Amino acid sequence: MTKNRGIRLDRRGFTAALLMSVALAGCGKSDDKSSGEVAAPAAASGAVEKPNLKFGFIKLTDMAPLAIAKEKGFFAEEGLNVALEPQANWKVLLDGVIGGQLDGAHMLAGQPIAATIGYGTKADLIAPLSMDLNGNAITLSNKVWSMIKADLPKQPDGKPKHPISASVLKPVVASFEKQGKPFKMGMVFPVSTHNYELRYWLAAGGLNPGYYTAGDVTGLIDADVQLSVTPPPQMPATLEAGTIEGYCVGEPWNQAAVFKKIGVPVITDDEIWNDNPEKVFGMRKDFAEKYPGTTAAVLRAVIKAQQWLDADNGANRAEAVKILSQPNYVGADYEVIAASMTGKFTFEPGDTREAPGFNIFFDKFAGYPYYSDAIWYLTQMRRWGQIAEDHADQWYFDTAKAVYRPDLYLAAAKTLAEDGTIPKASIPETDGFRKPQSGFIDGVTYDGKQPNAYLAKFPIGLKEGQRVTPAGVK
Amino acid sequence: MATATADLAELKEADVPQTRAQDTVLRTAGSEAAPKPDGAAGSNPNAALQAFLARFGKPLLAPALGILAFLGLWAVLAPQVDTSLGALPGPVEVAEQGVTLFGEWQASQDAKAEFDAAQAGRIAAGTQAQAFEYSGPPTFLDQVVTSLQTVALGFILATIFAVPIGLVCGLSPLVNAAINPLVQIMKPVSPLAWLPIVTMVVSATITSADPMLAKSFVISAIVVMLCSLWPTLINTAVGTASIDKDLLNVGRVLRLGWFAKLTRLVLPSSLPYIFTGMRLSLGVGWMVLIAAEMLAQNPGLGKFVWDEFQNGSSQSLARIMFAVIVIGLIGFLLDRMMMALEKLANRNHAI
Repeated sequence: MTKNRGIRLDRRGFTAALLMSVALAGCGKSDDKSSGEVAAPAAASGAVEKPNLKFGFIKLTDMAPLAIAKEKGFFAEEGLNVALEPQANWKVLLDGVIGGQLDGAHMLAGQPIAATIGYGTKADLIAPLSMDLNGNAITLSNKVWSMIKADLPKQPDGKPKHPISASVLKPVVASFEKQGKPFKMGMVFPVSTHNYELRYWLAAGGLNPGYYTAGDVTGLIDADVQLSVTPPPQMPATLEAGTIEGYCVGEPWNQAAVFKKIGVPVITDDEIWNDNPEKVFGMRKDFAEKYPGTTAAVLRAVIKAQQWLDADNGANRAEAVKILSQPNYVGADYEVIAASMTGKFTFEPGDTREAPGFNIFFDKFAGYPYYSDAIWYLTQMRRWGQIAEDHADQWYFDTAKAVYRPDLYLAAAKTLAEDGTIPKASIPETDGFRKPQSGFIDGVTYDGKQPNAYLAKFPIGLKEGQRVTPAGVK
Repeated sequence: MATATADLAELKEADVPQTRAQDTVLRTAGSEAAPKPDGAAGSNPNAALQAFLARFGKPLLAPALGILAFLGLWAVLAPQVDTSLGALPGPVEVAEQGVTLFGEWQASQDAKAEFDAAQAGRIAAGTQAQAFEYSGPPTFLDQVVTSLQTVALGFILATIFAVPIGLVCGLSPLVNAAINPLVQIMKPVSPLAWLPIVTMVVSATITSADPMLAKSFVISAIVVMLCSLWPTLINTAVGTASIDKDLLNVGRVLRLGWFAKLTRLVLPSSLPYIFTGMRLSLGVGWMVLIAAEMLAQNPGLGKFVWDEFQNGSSQSLARIMFAVIVIGLIGFLLDRMMMALEKLANRNHAI
């Protein structure tokens, strides 16, 4: 243990640490002495003001654009020196970005939106880039799978017909209820895509996933299925412990359940909502304002990494999986990560199906932060009571425009298109709203320009004028 | 006066004899095996063996046998436990991961050297304006060093606060009566309860975009300080209060000033107690640090363990076990270090 003496002592300056700590105990605010700061606002393509950056991520395969940007040198090409740090859960990650320990992070799309409208911690966060499309799945425990397997409609080859509807769970939930046990499932965060996807799937199958009241984050009012929060990497362990009977999570944690033989994935989120927008790159609004050159450089590097990930029909995916399986990134075994990253997805053992669209990072304009995507998340927050009151359509548009920043994305992407790094056709010509989308499991069409009309279409979900109270929906 | 001393007596019973008792166990382990000269040793090989056993049996052979028995049991029992990450790793797998972790450190040193060389080249060529610090992932050894730095800072802060307060408490029954209830309530608080408060306060206090010390480092160190403050404080108070009254009377006769009384009488006589307290504090601090790093995801060994748990790869368990062993060894070494200091203080304490 004596050998390690010199490794970090020189970096941190131990004596300085001691002196500083004494000073800290005494005085209040330390002065802002960030050196080499460029005060003048640079153009989007201007110089990098803050080259040393630290980004946070959660151990999920969809953090790949950040790992690739670092490992393949895209950050370095832009003059950035980036450290990537895994975080324990989404709350720690969010606090890290808000508190300034992290300059940016791989985030749930709902996080910057919720922070901006003040659901949970209030802070001005923005999403200048969408990281990927799809990438999640819902897994059920072996016990529940054995209860529903016989009743599933079959394909000619004897395998279950997809997509599997949550309605098959109804008798299971009823039998749990008869025994006096609630049917519990896990998701990763109250404002996560996974929460909304799991709720969407359950509600489409006629099961109520419960409503949130103002000031309550458990969301169990009127619930047929009780949802609770577990950090992604702990999902398999929690399922194995019997605390939950199923979960919705990103990869590799569904394939991990397959490999550990503790559960069976039943549906991918691509089947719940075809090509749904997933993680975003989140950062503080004041960071982007103070360091426009740095922000543009970061976005360019991430866009290049996204292109690399989807290049030549996924030719680079095997290399990406190898990088992600390093202990400092996702860290799961190569085979587990490869099981979803290389165009296939395994449901139960022996039932591996083609899933070319399971992770899309660059194609189909995956990186562009559409306002309509943000509005979809807002509609789901309202549907389940996280937004307590009705709002006019205009409020949805204004909120989406405050958080999602295609202007920053375009500024970065256009410089890449000009120098020929990415094809011009990979940048969409759009007003920020996708055309009405119909790829949902329940057949409901979503038009981002009509959020309130969309909300009225759901049989399960809050309607105009309804409020959630501890006694139920009124 | 009466109540204060009663409390102190209670404190004394609660904290001091416990460690003293541990010490005596450890000391007798050493001292009873002290050389027993055996004149017949040379003549009879059997007697020589006996002499050898008498001499080295307790200090060397018994611990070696204990460790071997533990390793044997571990190697036999571990494969029986089947987890979702495969069987529990045995000593061999864990040792292999130890080697791998060292290899990772060497690889990162190479990568750093390469990075620095390439950077120096770019700077010389004028394509890069300023030098960057290597931003590769921290290896296991880096995390060990971070943890040691953090516990050192927390421990030093705790000592800086605890010793003066303890001295005042010991000298003034009134102050002691005032502080005692607070100490008794704060002492059993878990680090995990402090963590959210400390995190919020430190985040609000350090507002610089590029602070000299990383926030996470300061947070961990302060949590360690808050939890390891109490043994030193209580022992210092007890030590100071239990100073011989005759000595104080002599001081009064000699008309020693306040400062002289403190440095000539009080400190020397309470020093052994202070060191016992500091030793307990360091032990508590090390335990607290790992928990705090785990929960707050601050760099260090705790984060290493948690990250590996989150990885859930087939090597993760072996790597976690290796970290557990290293945590134990470091804790043991820190304790031995403090014990040596404690002995030194006892020896110099002539009064």
